[in-house]
Amino acid sequence: MTNNQPLISVKDLAKSYKMGEMEFYAIKGVSLDIEKGAFAAIMGPSGSGKSTFMNILGCLDYPTKGSYFLDGSDVLKLSKNELAELRNRKIGFIFQSFNILARTSAIENVELPMLYNNSVTSKEGKVKAFNALKSVGLAERANHLPSQLSGGQQQRVAIARSLVNDPLVIMADEPTGNLDTRSSYEIMEIFQQLNDKGITIVMVTHELDIAQFARTNIMFRDGQIVSNSVVKDRKIASVELSKLPVVNPTEVLT
Amino acid sequence: MRIVNLLKIAYRSLIKNKLRVLLTMLGIIIGVASVIAMLAIGQGSKQNIQASVASLGTNSVMIYPGSSTQGGVRMGAGSYSTLTKKDADAIVAKCEYVTDVSPVVQKSSQVIAGNQNWHTMVVGGLTQYFSIRNLTIGKGNMFSASDERTAAKVCVIGLTVSENLFGVNGDPVGQFIRINSIPFKVIGVLERKGQNSFGQDQDDIIIAPFSTVQKRMLSTIYLNSILASATSENDVDKAKEQITSIMRVQHKLTPANEDDFTVRSQADIANIFGSISKIMTILLACIAGISLIVGGIGIMNIMLVSVTERTREIGIRMAVGAKGRDVLIQFMIESVVISVLGGVIGIILGILVSFLVGKFGGWPVVITGTSIVLSFAFSSAVGIFFGWYPARKAASLNPIDALRYE
Repeated sequence: MTNNQPLISVKDLAKSYKMGEMEFYAIKGVSLDIEKGAFAAIMGPSGSGKSTFMNILGCLDYPTKGSYFLDGSDVLKLSKNELAELRNRKIGFIFQSFNILARTSAIENVELPMLYNNSVTSKEGKVKAFNALKSVGLAERANHLPSQLSGGQQQRVAIARSLVNDPLVIMADEPTGNLDTRSSYEIMEIFQQLNDKGITIVMVTHELDIAQFARTNIMFRDGQIVSNSVVKDRKIASVELSKLPVVNPTEVLT
Repeated sequence: MRIVNLLKIAYRSLIKNKLRVLLTMLGIIIGVASVIAMLAIGQGSKQNIQASVASLGTNSVMIYPGSSTQGGVRMGAGSYSTLTKKDADAIVAKCEYVTDVSPVVQKSSQVIAGNQNWHTMVVGGLTQYFSIRNLTIGKGNMFSASDERTAAKVCVIGLTVSENLFGVNGDPVGQFIRINSIPFKVIGVLERKGQNSFGQDQDDIIIAPFSTVQKRMLSTIYLNSILASATSENDVDKAKEQITSIMRVQHKLTPANEDDFTVRSQADIANIFGSISKIMTILLACIAGISLIVGGIGIMNIMLVSVTERTREIGIRMAVGAKGRDVLIQFMIESVVISVLGGVIGIILGILVSFLVGKFGGWPVVITGTSIVLSFAFSSAVGIFFGWYPARKAASLNPIDALRYE
């Protein structure tokens, strides 16, 4: 593994599903390199294969064909257990539907990845989990249950969870899909801060304004990449947040 | 480290479903408790029977006259008068496996004392009769060898006889009773022996010297039976064999002839009761075991439902790095904790129930360590066995399929 090697390197990746007699390709031969420190937004209409691609990048799903190198290791040759370890140590995955455990406090949710990591003691785990929650601004809500948190807060718990094992890359599948504009921008603010610290971020979104927070935009259509371009007028989340009108909903209603 | 984490994970998910865990446990609790209670009851009745059989003397051997045939009609055991005192003497002289031997004659008779009368069994035996039958004198004395020689008109009476003739508080020692119009002096009262395992009152008896009953009351040379006690419990069978051969010689029987006597031992009777109570214990244990298995299926049911219900949770765990093995162990720990905890509560409950049955049911109960260990081991095994399938099902899920599950 050398330094100039891309962090993520995908070649001719394809994924097909069998629908009865027909074979349906969700991804038709995708090749892509993502460097360390990148902040890439994968865009495309529904059914363009971007989520499937993301799941494969996150080692949650397997491609039918092609090759995938993550941080120098050939992902497709790893065993199930090695993949689990990879997900645990190198990847932080964020879902559209948050996917945090119900009836489990925020801090315990954040601790979860470390319970499957032998190198972290339970004391260290508690401290790290709390620090991760603090970095997403939820220190006071550490002991709240997901049902007591707003959508934006739940997504921030999920981000804290993805951060806690110090991953190489954060992969987010439509992280703002279920959130309002303000919460979305807040999430983007966190992402930009993390990216400035050197963490690679790959994000799937179908919202143009969200994609503008990334450094590069990758367009998907019909299971293929149609363009890969640097964002020209990159938005800065902290600036955008201050531009948002502060609206008290009760004033609007009266 | 790893196992501590998995224990923590399992603990957290159990504590979140207290009611469900408790209901699942109930199956195991009832199973284990019933195994312990049933075995305790079974064991208790077994020991009770053994004790009452042993009170008759476990090493005693009885020789009865055989059946007679009159014109083709068989008359049943004891109908044929073949035993004489000479047979008893021969056994004393030749059998090396017996310690005490006593010829026995008996007749049920009407007994009168003052203005009271009572019908009871009058037994004539030697002084050895007492030791063979484990009889002890409570008040007064036993008759002596010289009473036997002189056919003295003395007797020892049982407590039931004493209470009926002389009242509950009366002192019969030194008083006279008339048996078949013959006056007998009461020289002793037997210690209370209670009922035997057939429900017979063993205190309803009068014992007099053998010669007195034989000569003065019955005027016969034939015996009702010969009682003997083997040197030890283990020698009972050898004693029986030897007595049989001695008796055959004594009665001049050729190999073609059937025995004209029967040799039986108390051990035979004890064996029958032993096997009856064994069958009962096995039966009870089977019923209890079935309830344990039903409890185990309950665990499997809940764990399977739990796996389906928590498919998403499993997906989340796998997405953040849980290996299949971690999920497997988590679910295994959950089911083992349920069954082990249920087992412990079941043991406590089982002991409590046995204790209550013993106290209020008047039934003897014996809780053995084996039954506790057995039921505990079985309940743990049930947990492992029935937890395995759902746990493996959970562990074999693909992360993406588990996450997509609705």
